[in-house]
Amino acid sequence: MVGITGYGAYIPRHRIKVEEIAKVWGADAQAYKKGLFVEEKSVPGPDQDTITMSVEATFSALKRAQINPQKIGAVYVGSESHPYAVKPSGTTVAEAIGACPDVHCADFEFACKAGSEAMFVCLGLVGSGSIEYGLAIGADTSQGAPGDALEYTAAAGAAAFIMGKDNIIAEAIDTYSYMTDTPDFWRREYQFYPRHASRFTGEPAYFKHILGAGKAMLEKVKMKPKDFQYAVFHQPNGKFPQRVGRLLGFEKKQIETGLLCPKLGNTYSGSSPMGLTAILDEAKPNDLIFMVSYGSGAGSDAFIWRVTERINQVRDSAVKTREMLNNNKSYLEYGTYAKYRGKIRKGE
Amino acid sequence: MRDVAIIGVGMNKWGELWESSLRDIFTEAALLAIEDAGVDHIDSMYIGCMSSGLFVGQEHLSSLLTDYLGMGPIPATRVESACSSGGLALRSGFIDVASGMNDIVLVGGVEKMTDVSVHGATFALSTAADQEYEVYHGVTFPGLYALMARAHMHRYGTTRKQLAQVAVKNHFHGSMNPLAQYPQKITAEEVIESVMVADPLRILDCSPITDGAAAVILAPLDLAKKISKKPVVKIIGSGHATDTIALHSRNDLTEIKSTERAAKIAYEMAGKSPEEIHLAEVHDCFTIAEICVIEALGFAEKGKGGPETEHGLTTLGGKIPVNTSGGLKSKGHPVGATGVAQAIEITKQLRGEAGERQVKNAKVGLTQNMGGSGGSSLIHIMEVV
Amino acid sequence: MSSPRYWRGIPQRYRLEAGKCRKCGKIYFPPRLVCDECKSREFEKVNLPKEGKILTYTIIRVAPSQCTDQAPYAMGIVELKDGVKILSQIADCDFDKLEIGMPVRIEFRKIYQEGEAGIICYGYKCVPV
Repeated sequence: MVGITGYGAYIPRHRIKVEEIAKVWGADAQAYKKGLFVEEKSVPGPDQDTITMSVEATFSALKRAQINPQKIGAVYVGSESHPYAVKPSGTTVAEAIGACPDVHCADFEFACKAGSEAMFVCLGLVGSGSIEYGLAIGADTSQGAPGDALEYTAAAGAAAFIMGKDNIIAEAIDTYSYMTDTPDFWRREYQFYPRHASRFTGEPAYFKHILGAGKAMLEKVKMKPKDFQYAVFHQPNGKFPQRVGRLLGFEKKQIETGLLCPKLGNTYSGSSPMGLTAILDEAKPNDLIFMVSYGSGAGSDAFIWRVTERINQVRDSAVKTREMLNNNKSYLEYGTYAKYRGKIRKGE
Repeated sequence: MRDVAIIGVGMNKWGELWESSLRDIFTEAALLAIEDAGVDHIDSMYIGCMSSGLFVGQEHLSSLLTDYLGMGPIPATRVESACSSGGLALRSGFIDVASGMNDIVLVGGVEKMTDVSVHGATFALSTAADQEYEVYHGVTFPGLYALMARAHMHRYGTTRKQLAQVAVKNHFHGSMNPLAQYPQKITAEEVIESVMVADPLRILDCSPITDGAAAVILAPLDLAKKISKKPVVKIIGSGHATDTIALHSRNDLTEIKSTERAAKIAYEMAGKSPEEIHLAEVHDCFTIAEICVIEALGFAEKGKGGPETEHGLTTLGGKIPVNTSGGLKSKGHPVGATGVAQAIEITKQLRGEAGERQVKNAKVGLTQNMGGSGGSSLIHIMEVV
Repeated sequence: MSSPRYWRGIPQRYRLEAGKCRKCGKIYFPPRLVCDECKSREFEKVNLPKEGKILTYTIIRVAPSQCTDQAPYAMGIVELKDGVKILSQIADCDFDKLEIGMPVRIEFRKIYQEGEAGIICYGYKCVPV
């Protein structure tokens, strides 16, 4: 049996509302809220980045896994906003949690599915016996260009999973990966903001790959949507995951628990992984969870998880995702938000 | 050990001296002191300077300044102890004469702070704190003293107005000092309404950035009595102590233990108690510093520094006037020069040369010079002979 | 900030590694070579606890150049559960809720970065519990 032995998430406390952004750009806030099904998003402070959030999410995962960090054999951080272009985020995370020096490390990148990739690879390494425990993190502080539609949703957050064979709280039943070359959303080297191909990011991109991976996954294990208690999909806005869930045959109540986007925004590589942590905060032993990530470029990783008895023993050992989402919030106005996100041009 | 006296003093007007370089400023003050002493040669020299390297890219002051002073190829020693560099230079010169090693010794202090930007000056000053465990985390010197102020206010009820009174008093004194950088009087309201730097300290709670130098000439007492045309001022006590560099490493955040310890040594050596001191020059880098220091020196009971200041204990005319020169606040704080300038003020007062700000019947004076957030303290006690 | 100097401090900056005197038990952060209480040179490695309370605090409004964008920010001297005191920023706090005695815990944060091209420096900050 291979699966998750510990999980954790981190959400910064700052938020900005859709109305606040729309006000500055003269846009119709209600139209955006309805169209995207998003109310507000998280904003990282000037002293937070992919690395700092990854470290804190990992501390929560370690509290639940209850293992000595020296036993972690691999540290993988998936993000599209690694603080360095060359120098892995994983090295700082590994040092901070005390996993160095006998550990493999690499940073992962594939737009929004960089986190699920890290999870995918860790499962493989643990399953093959190469490592005892593997740490997989999806974290982002991604940017949306000022005034662009993506600015309303580009948010910050992290989810960390420690994969292992012992003391599992959610077993990885199976995985499936589906990928094609699709230029729907990208960022060139040295560009500050990403670009996207508008409506092309929908059907030929998001939907094609999630449906592709999702259908193939269900086929592979010969299961049906109604066999699952929970489903979580990549959440670029609050609408897409609900629609793709319906298309695959899932119902609203299966998707609700893992749907964080309306109050969190799109945490990119953290998106479906964080949704999974919110589900694990509530799921019962033997519950089945269906998860499909999506990364532009484009591809999807599908996972089926079965929750074990042990979840009840460790779930409360660390802070829960919706606790961070709903409590201790501090709302920003656009000026401070722009300052924190480095969107204001300054002198040398 | 021989007895040591101060026989000459020299100081230029302090301020933003755009047209003067570090070597100019030091040499001017040194020549004034030599003239005041009436000597035609000096045997050795001590230079207090915190950071000429960071401010003007110049080290090796020993060679530079003996060269520019033109008094021959004498031995010279650059002394550094952050903001107590001047006080330590004085002690070093005192030991040089007391030991019999040299007779006529020039002790000078200098700092040229305005060639760099405010950020550059703040950085240079920050090297007096713990780089990795204080400065790394984003604290500034006003910040460190603000942490002390809040602890003092919380424990003893010291008020915002009492802090302001230190600045008001020192500017009142400084208005009578033609060499002060900021000789303007200020009011408590002006202090309390000035820009906040680090809560609760505001810009008028903080000493300024200054260019300046100060110098004294030391001689053995016997020689001084023979050659000096002015009243001879004897150094009767010298005390030096250190403490942890980081504020957070100390047991009590409201005390300045290094000053307490150095003062004990100096009082004992001088055979004097705090009650026998007629006036003092202390290190008011921030208003709260003066309040903590007068407690550490035994002029006020622990915790009572605020109310005592408010009631005029340390104002000219009060029981023990403190900082009649204007203190660091009004006179200015060219870091390495401050400790020496304090000795100059006491000397002038003990000689009866302080003009408008003269303390009546001043016979015994004390200087207290401090480095960083209290990591080092130098105390000297002088008596007119 | 030079690379070697930053790197040498990582055990303290990231993991708050301290030294505990084997003879008298006094804890030093950062670790040192000799105990000032009992003069022993034998120490064991310990990690500082992550919970503590504020002993005093201030709000830095005029910040050093590497932190100007973050101003104003709160800083405090915090006494951790084992008695060791540290100085750090207090992040994610409402300034008017700050008070002496307030419980805080340590979080891993970015301390500053060397412009647009230099290294990024991480370390500990405190946040209200």
